[in-house]
Parts: sequence; structure tokens; C-alpha cells
Amino acid sequence: MRIVVLMKPVPDPVAASERLRPDGRLDRANAPAVVNPNDEYALEAALKLVEAHGGEVTLLTMAPAAAPETIRKALAMGAHRGVLVTDTALEGSCVHSTATVLAAALAQLEFDLVLFGVDSTDGGAGTVPAAVAAKRALPYLSAAGKIEPDPAAGTVRVRRMTPTGYDLLEAPMPALVVCTQALGEPRYPSLKGIMSARSKEVRTFSLADLGLDDGSVGGAAATTRLTGTSTPPARGAARIIKDAPAEAARQVVDYLVEKWIIQ
Amino acid sequence: MDFELSEEHQMLRDMVRTFVDKELIPLENALGPNREITPDVMKGIQAKTKEMGLWMLDVPEEYGGAGLDLMSRCIIDEQVGRTSLFHWHWYPTFGPALRPVLLHCNEEQKQRFLWPVLRGEIRICFAQTEPDAGSDPANLRTRAVRDGDDYVINGNKRFITAAGESQYAQLMAATDPEKGSKGGITCFIVDLKAKGVTVTESWPNITGECLWEIALDNVRVPAANIIGEVGQGFELGQKFLTEARIKAHGARSVGAAQRCLDMMIEYSQQRVTFGQPLSDRQAIQFMIVDSAMEIRMVRNLVYECAWRSDRGEDIRDLSYMVKIQGTEMVTRVADRAIQIHGGMGVSRELPLEHFYREARAVRINEGATEVLRWRLARNLMRKPKRS
Ligand SMILES: Cc1cc2nc3c(=O)[nH]c(=O)nc-3n(C[C@H](O)[C@H](O)[C@H](O)COP(=O)(O)OP(=O)(O)OC[C@H]3O[C@@H](n4cnc5c(N)ncnc54)[C@H](O)[C@@H]3O)c2cc1C
Ligand SMILES: Cc1cc2nc3c(=O)[nH]c(=O)nc-3n(C[C@H](O)[C@H](O)[C@H](O)COP(=O)(O)OP(=O)(O)OC[C@H]3O[C@@H](n4cnc5c(N)ncnc54)[C@H](O)[C@@H]3O)c2cc1C
Repeated sequence: MRIVVLMKPVPDPVAASERLRPDGRLDRANAPAVVNPNDEYALEAALKLVEAHGGEVTLLTMAPAAAPETIRKALAMGAHRGVLVTDTALEGSCVHSTATVLAAALAQLEFDLVLFGVDSTDGGAGTVPAAVAAKRALPYLSAAGKIEPDPAAGTVRVRRMTPTGYDLLEAPMPALVVCTQALGEPRYPSLKGIMSARSKEVRTFSLADLGLDDGSVGGAAATTRLTGTSTPPARGAARIIKDAPAEAARQVVDYLVEKWIIQ
Repeated sequence: MDFELSEEHQMLRDMVRTFVDKELIPLENALGPNREITPDVMKGIQAKTKEMGLWMLDVPEEYGGAGLDLMSRCIIDEQVGRTSLFHWHWYPTFGPALRPVLLHCNEEQKQRFLWPVLRGEIRICFAQTEPDAGSDPANLRTRAVRDGDDYVINGNKRFITAAGESQYAQLMAATDPEKGSKGGITCFIVDLKAKGVTVTESWPNITGECLWEIALDNVRVPAANIIGEVGQGFELGQKFLTEARIKAHGARSVGAAQRCLDMMIEYSQQRVTFGQPLSDRQAIQFMIVDSAMEIRMVRNLVYECAWRSDRGEDIRDLSYMVKIQGTEMVTRVADRAIQIHGGMGVSRELPLEHFYREARAVRINEGATEVLRWRLARNLMRKPKRS
């Protein structure tokens, strides 16, 4: 199986160093970049699939030129190679151009499955996967809790998680799957993986390589505009209940009922 | 000069740091009252480290180990040092502990000792210290006298880690007392079940661990159990000791001290006394800043040493400095962290008192700090002056 995993470098959420520049864009220069945590779940799912069915995993990233440093961790986890789309014209891309560029890059790659994370910790739109599926006319299998390909039949079954259980979806391959954390905790990179990560190929595409011109994507063609930012209001003081457990539980329930959280 | 770790070393650090934060530190809450770790939990940890390839870190690749450079091992030890799960002088997190002397085994001995140790089937403790020879092992009294194909050994060993859980001891005995450390001491592998051997547990020490005593009364040991040459016992352990000072005493102290510092900063900002957070008080700020400076200095020294060692330089003297500075620094930092945490600081609920106790013990074993200072002084004064 040939699997492409989308991988976005994001400012490390643990370092809590996300800051906006005066123009409202993320200050990426001053925040250590890591792989978007949800994309690691997608990679874990992909690695399990190739362990079971054979095949290879390719990472696809649209990011600044320093991205190989970040995706090397994913290569150390076991991905076979990386593809990076980078071009100064891409700065300020909106969801629409991100999807256009990623769709154009996918046109250069051969794959049976393409896996996305649910959303990113920085942009957080959660819309890039659907947009790419639409642009490439791929079956869109979202909220996957389980992925079961049948390479012989050329189909894939996905459990789409719902609030009450799951739907069972089946689609012909190639197909696009959005991966949830229900697929399993990402593995640690292995020592061997770390030592071999740098020798794995990371191919770079510019916009010209993908047949796109800089007017059609990137900041120049943004379809949305950031009009302002604000911080959420500070949280009020917490109410701490210190009574005996039975009494405390009663008060918690009363409070939740009062707030219409339970009935 | 480049003070950045290589990309591989950074990835290794990040991987082990995540592993420690996600898998090891949470286990601290599940420890028993004496902070003991159950065999089941240890097996779970080992399954994970093995999968990550962090297995038998010191062991060369030809014997199935990771064969890591000293830099990598220091990076790992610094991170693992942040947990209070293990005693500092040995822990089986990354597989069976190999006494590096065993790498000097001949082919026949490898089958009997080296491979079974690597497979985890047997354990071998290190028995050098005696009631009358600790810092000064050249003076050891245990005698081995040749008798046909055997040696007959008489003497007493004490403060031996894990002797009760070991099948064999790597035992140092005098074959030529006149020569002392210069060719008079030989390394034997002694079967602890042999006739004339008595192993007894002594009082628990400050770390909560019990060390062991070994009495040898006319114990016959085949000459085929000598590792290396007769009289070579002393030299064999040297490289190992130098490395141990850097990673076990240096890197691990840095990790423990860093955890203490992180906890001091966090707690001092939360804890309010007399209407102000502790972190607003200069007395507290100075403790934090002094700790941060001292940690940074030792960390730089540790990694300089590892880097030089990996380039093949002789770092014996530097390793003394690392051991002295590392263990004394972590003692001070843990002490301050306990002070800032008040009554909670000395509670077993927090890791601080564990760090404090471990730090106290490691200032004595593998070269007491005074002995190392004295050696350093001698070497410094002997060397031609150069500035
Ligand atoms: C501070 C800030 C300012 C912004 N300013 C603007 C603006 O001015 N105009 C505007 O139009 N938009 C703006 N955006 C949105 C930004 O462009 C989006 O973050 C970007 O388009 C990707 O969308 P997302 O991160 O929300 O992806 P999501 O839809 O949340 O991502 C879902 C999944 O898609 C994949 N994916 C997404 N992006 C990539 C990628 N680059 N490479 C590989 N895989 C990827 C990953 O698998 C990810 O898990 C801004 C965002 C921020 C945080
Ligand atoms: C936790 C732990 C585990 C151990 N595990 C082992 C083991 O597995 N195998 C083993 O063989 N041994 C082991 N030991 C023993 C250890 O190696 C000895 O305790 C150590 O070498 C010191 O010897 P000693 O206790 O006899 O002290 P002594 O040699 O009597 O020294 C006492 C003190 O005198 C001072 N001193 C000594 N010489 C000088 C000098 N020249 N100049 C100035 N001051 C000096 C130092 O302050 C020293 O602390 C262990 C010890 C501990 C604490």
C-alpha cells in the first residue's frame, strides 16, 4: 500500500510560545516547530497499515523551507520519505490556497490512501481535508476510528465515529481519510529511526514545479482576511466544594442542573 | 565552537524527554511507601524502552546492544535523572546491567558469563570494597592463592550492591599484595553458591536500599574464571569508571537538579505567604537563580566531557571534576527545593527528598569527593604549567 500522510509543522503547543505578529499572523520565527499532534495519530495509523499490508509511507507538507528539521521526527518514527512544498509566495495562505497547493502536490504522487489529521493546533480550521478531497474528487472518509483496507478488492472500510457509536463507510481506493485519536497513540521514534532519519529523502517542490503561479495561491490570493484578534475573557474564580463526598456530589449535581449541563 | 546538539541528539533528547514525562513521572504516584517499584511495572517500562531501541545502551552493537556514544548516553541519563523512580547507581530501565569488565572475557568465558548476562539470565555484582579498604582499594586484604588449577580465596567484602540478587560476583582479590594496584590485584568471577561463600544483607542505607556483605572462607575458584590477565584487575575497570562519573554522576545530577528547579519555580509562584507569592521574595529568587546558574555550569561541563571522550581524548581529570561538581550541585539544589516546598518538601509524596537522599549517597561511592579532589590536586601540580 502507498500511503500519503499530511503533516503540518506547528508552533510547539507544549512550549506555549504561540504569539501573533503585529500583522496578525503567527510569529513562526520565535516558536520551536513540532509536528501537528493530530497528524502524528494519522502517521501512527499509516505505519500500522504498512506493517500489516506492506508498502510505504510518504509525508506531505506545505511549510517554510526549514520544515525538514521538523518532519525528521516523523521520518524517525518510520515514514519512508517526505515531500515538502515550499515557496516564499505561499506566506499568508488561506485554507483555500493551502488546499489548492496540497491537491496539486497530491497529483504528483501515487497513493492508495491519503491520511489527514482532524485539525491543526495553530490554524484549527479543520477544513483543509474536505477541501482537498473536493479538489481531487477523492472519497472523503472523516472521523476515522478504524481503517480497514482490502488491497485485493481495491476498497477501504472506515469506522466514522459518531456521538452514539460509529457509521461504517466503504469506498474505492484511492481515498482520503481524516484520522481521529481513536486510532491509537503515536509511537516513539526508535533509536534506529533517529539515526537513519537524515538519510531519508525529502523532495522539495516550488509552486512552479506544481504548475501553479504565485498569483493564484498564497497571501496574494487569500479569500479570507484577518480583521482582528482578541483574547478570551479571564475565567472567574473556581468554586471549591470541600464537604463530605455524598454531600459534595449532591452540590455538584445541583450546580450542573442549574447551569443546564445535565437534566 | 558549536553549543547546539546535533539534530540526531536533539531528537533523541526530545524522544526520551517525552517518554520520561508521559510514562515514567506519572508512575511516581503509584510507588509504595518505600518508593519501591514492582517487577511488573519494571517489565512494562522495559517493554517500551526495548521497542524504542533504548536497550543495553553501553553494550557494543556486536553483542546486540545499542553501542551508543557517550554523548547520547548522557542525554538519556539527564532525562531519566528527572524521575525519582530509580536508585542512581544502577537501574534496569534499559536492560540488564553489564559490568564492562565482561567485555574482556575470552571466548569460553563469554559463553558462561557475558551472553547469559546479556540475555538477562544471570546477574553479576561488583565486589571490591572491604571493611579496611574502601577509598583505597589497592590496599585490599582479600587474598587469592594459587593451588593447582584453582585459586583459594579468603576475605570479606562489604557494601556490595545487589549481591543477594546475583549468581556471581566480579571480585577483586590480591594475588600479589606487594605490588598492590600495580599488578597485584586480579579480577575473578566467583560463584556465590560455591562452598565457603556467605552472602548477608546489611542495614538499609539512606537510599532505602540494602547493600550486602560477602564472606569468603577457603573458596575454590577455577583459574579459568580470571578475567583478563593475573594482576590486571585494576586497569580493566578504569574506562568504565570514567564514563560512569560523567553520565551517572554528572548527567543524572543535572537531570535531577533540573526537575528540582522546575518544581521550585512552579511552586514559588503558586504559594502565597503573608499576602504575597513566594516568588516575589528575594530570598527565594536567589535560591532559584543560584540553582539555575549552577545547573547550567555543570551541564556544560558534562557535555564538554562527553564530546571530548567521544573524540578519543583522555578525560580522567575532567571526569573527576564532573563527579565532584555534579553531585555537590544537586545536593545544594535539592536542598533549596525542599526548603522552598516547606513541609511538603520533606514528604515522600514529592520526589525531592528522594533526590536529596540519592545525592547524599553518590558523594561517597565510586570515588568520594575528597579522594577525587586530592587526586586532582596531585595531577594539577604534577603537570607542566601552561596558561
Ligand atoms: C494567526 C493566524 C492567522 C491567519 N491568518 C490568515 C489570513 O490572514 N488569511 C487566511 O485566509 N487564513 C489565515 N489563517 C489560516 C491559516 O492559513 C490556516 O492555518 C491554513 O490554511 C491551514 O489550515 P488549518 O491549519 O486550519 O488546517 P486544518 O484544516 O485545521 O488542518 C487539518 C489537517 O490538514 C492537514 N494540513 C493542514 N495544513 C497543512 C499543511 N500546510 N501541510 C500539510 N498538511 C496540512 C493536516 O493533516 C491537518 O491536521 C491564519 C491562521 C492563524 C493561526
Ligand atoms: C550506595 C552505595 C553502593 C555501593 N556499591 C558498591 C558495590 O557494588 N561494590 C563495591 O565494591 N563497593 C560499593 N560501595 C562501597 C563504596 O565504593 C565505598 O563506600 C567507597 O569506596 C568509600 O569507601 P569507605 O566507605 O570504606 O570509606 P573510606 O575509604 O573509609 O573513606 C571515608 C571518608 O574519608 C575521606 N577520605 C578517604 N580518603 C581520603 C583522602 N585520601 N583524602 C581526603 N579524604 C579522604 C572521604 O571523605 C571518605 O568519604 C557502595 C557504596 C555506596 C554508598
